[in-house]
Amino acid sequence: MAGPPQGGGGANLADLLERILDKGIVIVGDIRVNLLDIELLTIKLRLLVASVDRAKEMGIDWWEHDPSLSSGARAKQQALDDEENGTAALREENRLLRERLAALESRVLESGDDTADGAADDDEADNKAGSAPAAKRTTTRRSTAAKRGTGGTSTSKKRSTGD
Amino acid sequence: MTDLPVGAHGDAHSDAAAPAAPRPPQGGSQGEAVYLYGVARGLDPAALDQVTGVGGAPVRPITAGDLTALVSTVELAHYGEQALRANLEDLEFLEATARAHHDVVDRAAHAAATAPVRIATIYRDDQRVEEILTRQREQFTRVLDRVAGRSEWGVKVHAHPEAYEAAPDPAAPDGGEQRAGGGAGTAYLHRRQQQRRQHQNAARHIAEQAQAIHAELADHAVATRQHPPQDPRLSGHQGTQILNVAYLLDDEQADGFAAVAHTIGERLPGITVEVTGPWPPYSFIDTAETTPADA
Repeated sequence: MAGPPQGGGGANLADLLERILDKGIVIVGDIRVNLLDIELLTIKLRLLVASVDRAKEMGIDWWEHDPSLSSGARAKQQALDDEENGTAALREENRLLRERLAALESRVLESGDDTADGAADDDEADNKAGSAPAAKRTTTRRSTAAKRGTGGTSTSKKRSTGD
Repeated sequence: MTDLPVGAHGDAHSDAAAPAAPRPPQGGSQGEAVYLYGVARGLDPAALDQVTGVGGAPVRPITAGDLTALVSTVELAHYGEQALRANLEDLEFLEATARAHHDVVDRAAHAAATAPVRIATIYRDDQRVEEILTRQREQFTRVLDRVAGRSEWGVKVHAHPEAYEAAPDPAAPDGGEQRAGGGAGTAYLHRRQQQRRQHQNAARHIAEQAQAIHAELADHAVATRQHPPQDPRLSGHQGTQILNVAYLLDDEQADGFAAVAHTIGERLPGITVEVTGPWPPYSFIDTAETTPADA
């Protein structure tokens, strides 16, 4: 075979583990390891490509937060998953819709009680805004700010979990 | 890692653990056992000189006929049942064991046909390994026949933004019809929908490309096995991994295969082709190739 041996030191850990963990002839040894456990581990390690050090650098520490290892981590994981899977897009949509609503409301307020013509192209927003103009405006402003705050927090949280 | 609370595993494993198997007598040296890496055929024992296995222990051959078992001594304190159950969940231990396991198999595979056995296959003593070699001779021979003169090569293909841009344009963007009455929010949603459609189209194009690449490479291989794509968050690789396949090649095929892989990478914009190997034929050991529990 041409080329130097690949050697364990050089191989990418993910390449290595995906080959070694659940492959190879299975012979029952005298020491009985529960292979099922290893296979479960394999599934988790499908995620693992970099070296352990790099994983740690990136804040990948599933062994501490793994749902199958700690029930406390389970709920947390669920929350994280939900957040990562779709909330970013929703949040952005929300933000834009709120901005739009705020813009409509300020138009409504500027035109006083005569709201009907002001925002003819958006009836729903118009109706809501018309119900309690002054209170609504402060609420909107506050919640927009809160939203931005949430976004910032969430971004840093994501970074710390490696996403 | 090392500070993982012991109780945390305890929960996960208590019900998954195998029913208490009859505990084998720990013969031979007290507190030691024999780790089996793989079985080679026609191996010159000199190939194992200077080779160390798990825990840095020297690797030695145990022979029966033309078969050679690659083994080293391990301490039960680390590789006993109890210890292993916890240790295999320890990423550092696992990595060290996996690398040592691979190193031994790899060294042997460069010298002779070698069939890896699964990680953490451990016996009481050398005599037990010899028994296994004799009893499972037929199985080892069947596996070795399949992989002799062959190696595994890994191919990972990544698609980068240019590859997506190179995809044919989807249908022309919708006219103003959907924009009617829309403010910023509607326009935003519309834009997202448009992007999603473009992305889906490009993804389909890329997937077709991946299949074409695989087909072209497979023409130069004896067998193939697909692995799931690796996660970019951890691999640190750029782009989207669109192919992660192991190819079993006759040794004579290796050069031609590498050339084809290289050409593909050159030819396709935004597509990178990474080839690793030669690997011992890990991915081509039929996992159904199991044996009944020993007597």
